[in-house]
Amino acid sequence: MYAFELVRPATVAEAVAALAEDGAQALGGGQTLIPTLKARLAMPEKLVSLGGIAELRGVTVEGDEVRIGGGTPHATVAHEVAKAYPALASLAERIGDPHVRNRGTIGGSLANNDPSACYPAAALASGATIVTNKREIAADDYFQGMFATALDEGEIITEVIFPIPQAAHYEKIRQPASRFPLVAVFVAKFADGVRVAVTGAAENGVFRWTEAEEALSADFSPSAVEGLSADSDGMIGDMHGTPEYRAHLIGVMTRRAVAAAG
Amino acid sequence: MPQVSMTVNGRKVSGEVEGRTLLVEFLREGLRLTGTHVGCDTAQCGACVVHVNGNSIKSCNIFALEADGAEVTTIEGIAGKDGSLSVVQAAFQTHHGLQCGYCTPGMVMTATSLLKENPAPSEAEIREYLEGNICRCTGYHNIVKAIQAAAAELGSNRVAAE
Repeated sequence: MYAFELVRPATVAEAVAALAEDGAQALGGGQTLIPTLKARLAMPEKLVSLGGIAELRGVTVEGDEVRIGGGTPHATVAHEVAKAYPALASLAERIGDPHVRNRGTIGGSLANNDPSACYPAAALASGATIVTNKREIAADDYFQGMFATALDEGEIITEVIFPIPQAAHYEKIRQPASRFPLVAVFVAKFADGVRVAVTGAAENGVFRWTEAEEALSADFSPSAVEGLSADSDGMIGDMHGTPEYRAHLIGVMTRRAVAAAG
Repeated sequence: MPQVSMTVNGRKVSGEVEGRTLLVEFLREGLRLTGTHVGCDTAQCGACVVHVNGNSIKSCNIFALEADGAEVTTIEGIAGKDGSLSVVQAAFQTHHGLQCGYCTPGMVMTATSLLKENPAPSEAEIREYLEGNICRCTGYHNIVKAIQAAAAELGSNRVAAE
């Protein structure tokens, strides 16, 4: 690792001030950023750790929505939303391994927007709202391609608001070594329609599979998407799977997710 | 250089670290607690697992300064003060849950966490909980057996105490 200064502000306001300095970068749970620093793929002058900010942690369930503080670790989400939003709890419970889930945060995952991360699928399929220190961003406007988001420099995710669907499920095929999804699909059924978000598959990161959404909004059953196949154009091809294989898995994961969501 | 203070195995400690000093480096090089191992340094193998404020974490994937003020338990804090092995440690010995021993500190810390969260785990739950801990000798089978035996023993101890 290159040398840097590490500061631990106690409030969001202090963190925002620290991040305004040149060469400063936010540190969430560090489960992606620290390995990146070890590989010398990043060279911040100052890391602003968000881990000491109590106001960023916590889960509240109010009516038909779940609000999760940006600094809340996956293990806490898995535990706290198990009753209110079981599909989201189940997603959180299957990220990485127990040690990663005790450190990694929802805000960190969404800010990084890894094209194979789990949380972006839940946020997009749920139509979540990403709340920052400056504004509220709809999930549909937030994800802007591989590792790209609507966040400005120094902007911090303070909270994520998930509307609770009538039925939902997250189905993933895991790449066994990295434990990231090879392909995963989050299906969420709301009164006004079904949303389907796909992660792990596309070069541009998480996306909505609109053909499946239309079919499932008309008939929420696995057979409704039986004949549909996703286009392999723009899908990731690597040693773990070809673009065609990933496109095929999208259909399989979607049907399984619908069957499990009931 | 910044100063860091924490409680490690019940003892208040402090020292000077850099921003980039990992918790595992502070434990091993600063405090000479070399029971916590670094297997991969890429946060994949789990040999460096310690407990921070009661949660198991990979100490190679957290900066020492992030643990400022925290309660840390390492493998050195697991045995009794007289050196007697914990139930989990004794079960690893009895069931030959180790060969070279390199991954063992992380395995014992992880197993201890699991049994605190879930006192009677199924075999599948044990294997799933060990997802972040890699062993390259045992084939995991005896590790799982050791954890099952420790769970049974801790369970019967609890019944006896009631």
